[in-house]
Amino acid sequence: MLKTPAFKQVLAGIGAGALLFGLTACGGGDDSGDGGGDGLVVGFAQVGAESAWRTANSASVQSAAEADERIAELKFVDAQQDQEKQIEAVRNFITQQVDVIVLAPVVETGWTDVLQEAADAGIPVVLADRGIEAADEDLYVTRLGSDFTEEGRKAGTWAAETFAADTDGTRILELQGTTGSAPANDRKAGFFEVLDAEGLDYEIVDSQSGNFTAEEGKAVMETFITTHGLEGVDLLYAHNDEMGLGAIQAIEEAGFTPGTDIQIIIVDGSKAGFQAGVDGKLNYIVECNPVFGEQLMDVVVQVADGETVEKFTPVEEGAFDATQFEAELPNRQF
Amino acid sequence: MNAYAKRLLWPVLILLALIAVNIVATGVDFIVPSVNDDGRLGGAFVNILRRSAPLLLIALGMTLVIATKGIDLSVGAVYAIGAAIACQTIIDAPDQTAGGLVLAAVALALAATAAIGAWNGVMVAHFGIQPIVATLVLMIAGRGIAQLVTGGQIPKVQDASPFTELGRGAFLTVPIPIWIAALVLTALALLTRRTALGMLLESVGGNPEASRLAGIRSRGITVLVYLVCGLCAGLAGLIGAANLGSADANNGGLWIELDAILAVVIGGTALLGGRFFLLGTAIGVVIIGTLEDTIINVGLSSQWQFTAKAVVVFAVALLQSPEFRGWVLRPLRRRPEAPAPAQAEEAAS
Repeated sequence: MLKTPAFKQVLAGIGAGALLFGLTACGGGDDSGDGGGDGLVVGFAQVGAESAWRTANSASVQSAAEADERIAELKFVDAQQDQEKQIEAVRNFITQQVDVIVLAPVVETGWTDVLQEAADAGIPVVLADRGIEAADEDLYVTRLGSDFTEEGRKAGTWAAETFAADTDGTRILELQGTTGSAPANDRKAGFFEVLDAEGLDYEIVDSQSGNFTAEEGKAVMETFITTHGLEGVDLLYAHNDEMGLGAIQAIEEAGFTPGTDIQIIIVDGSKAGFQAGVDGKLNYIVECNPVFGEQLMDVVVQVADGETVEKFTPVEEGAFDATQFEAELPNRQF
Repeated sequence: MNAYAKRLLWPVLILLALIAVNIVATGVDFIVPSVNDDGRLGGAFVNILRRSAPLLLIALGMTLVIATKGIDLSVGAVYAIGAAIACQTIIDAPDQTAGGLVLAAVALALAATAAIGAWNGVMVAHFGIQPIVATLVLMIAGRGIAQLVTGGQIPKVQDASPFTELGRGAFLTVPIPIWIAALVLTALALLTRRTALGMLLESVGGNPEASRLAGIRSRGITVLVYLVCGLCAGLAGLIGAANLGSADANNGGLWIELDAILAVVIGGTALLGGRFFLLGTAIGVVIIGTLEDTIINVGLSSQWQFTAKAVVVFAVALLQSPEFRGWVLRPLRRRPEAPAPAQAEEAAS
C-alpha cells in the first residue's frame, strides 16, 4: 500500500521530467547550417512566438542566417516570453563561446548581470527589435529595430493632416499596448508629440491597455462603446494590428461602420490588417517591419569584425493610406 | 438565514456595490439591456455577462476540482488547445461555412479537451500525483501543443462560418455564450444538488481514503471531475475563439486559471476541499468581469487594473473571514465578551 503510490509517483515524475526536457529540446531546436567552416556562430535569444509578427521575424532571421555564407551557425532559442529563459539562453551562449549574441529582450530591465558576463567573456551583444534601459547602454554594441516613437509620429502626422479641418475638436480613443512596454510607451509619446506640435485641437476620450491582443482589444472597445458611445468620436488609434482588428469586430457588432463612422489607425501591417484596409474597415497603417533578417546579419558581421556601428540602427519601415492598401497586400509576409 | 445564503451574502453585496459605482459613473444605462440593430441584447452589463461566459465555464469546472481538494492549473492551456483544434480544423477544410464541418470541429475539440482533463484526473487519482504538479505539466506543455496544432500561426476563421455564432450569435435575443454558461451552470447545479453526486464530491474532498472505505468510488469521481473541468475549459476556448474568429495559441486564455481560482475563492469555496458553492463562483466571475469595466468607467488608467483587482479581492476575503468581522466590529459592541458570536458563526459556517 505504501510503496506502490510512491513508486508510481517517481515514475510519473520521471515521465513529467522527460516531457519537460523534451520541450526544452524543442524550444532550443537550432536551425544550424552545416556548422563547419570559418563562418560566425551566432546565438539568437528570441522573445517567443507570441504573434504573427514575431513568427515572421524569427523566420526572417533564420532564413537570412541560413542563406548567408558568413554565418556558420545560428543557435536559435525561443524564450516563450519569459525573461528567465532568455537569461538562461544568453548564459548558454556565453558557455558555448558563440561569436556574437543577438538578444530580443522580453522586457527593458534586469539585464545588467548577464550582459556584464557576456562583456567579461568578450562576446559582443546586438539587440534586435526591442531595447533595454539606458543605464545598461554600455553593455551592448548596437540595437537594430523599429523606431517606435517614429511609428507614433507617422500615425500622428496622418491624424494631424486628416483632421486639420475638423473645427469642433478631434475626439480620440486609444488602445494601448501592454502597459509599460517600450512599443506602447513610444507609440503613444510619438503620436501625441506630433498632435501637440501641429496644434491639432483634440480630446482623448479614453485610453486603455488592450495588452496587444485581439481578445482584450475587442473587450476594451466594447466597453468604450457602451461607456462613451461612438457618436462624435472621430478616431481610434490602436497600437497594433491584433487589438485594432478586435476593436473593428466590436464596432461592427455594435452596428457602426469601422473606417467610416470612426476612422482607424493601426500599427504593424500584417496581412490581416491590410485585408481589413482593402475592405475599407480602417484608414491608415503604420508599418512595423519584422523582416529584418538580412539587415541583422550585416550588422552582426560588422560587429564581429570590430567595425564601429551606430548605437541604433532603424529598420526600414513605411506607412500606408487607403490608396495604397490593395497594391501593398501581396507584399505582406506575415 | 442558512449557511448557503450566508456564504453568498458578501460576494453579492460587493457585486451590488460595484454595479452601484458603475451606475453613478455612467448612468442607469449600465444595467439596463439595450437591443442592438441585429436583434441581439446589448448594453454594458449584458456585454460583461457575455464576455464572462468563458471564465464562468472554467471557474465552474475549477469549483468541482477544488471541492475534491484538487486544483487544475492547466485550464488556460486547455482553453488554447480547444480553440486551436476547432479553428485549425475549420480553416483546413475547403468550405468553412459547412454546418457539418463546424459540428465536427467542435466535437473534435471537446473530445480532445475532455481526454486531456481525464488524463489529469488519472494522474491525480490513480498515480497519486499532487494535483498542482500533475496539472502544472500541461499548463506548461499545453500551449506548446496548441502551437503545434496551429503551426505557430493564428488561424483566422471566415466571419461567414457558423462557428462564429458560438461567440457572437444570439438565441431569443440572448447572446449564445450566456445561454451556454447558464445551461452548464444549471446542469452542474442540478447534478450536484439534486443527486448524491454533490455529497460524494464533498466527501471525496474531505477525506478520499475514508470515502473509499465507505464504499464510494473516489478515484472514478476524481477522474470524472477533472474530465468535466477539461471539457469546460475546452468549451470556454471554443466560445473565446468564436468571438474573435481566431485562435491565439499564446495569448488565448492566458492566466485565466488564476482568475478562475480567484472567482472560486470569492464565491466562498475553500481551497481545502469539501463544501463548494457553484452559484457563489458564478457571482465571483461576474464580480471579476464587472471590475474590469469599472476601472474604465470611473476613468482609472490601465496601470490600476491589477491594483484595483487586488483591493476588491482583499475586501471580499476579509469580509468573509469571521475573525476579521469580529475584530472590526469589536469596538462597536458594548460588552467585552463580544467575540463569542463571531466564534459561533465560524462554527456554523
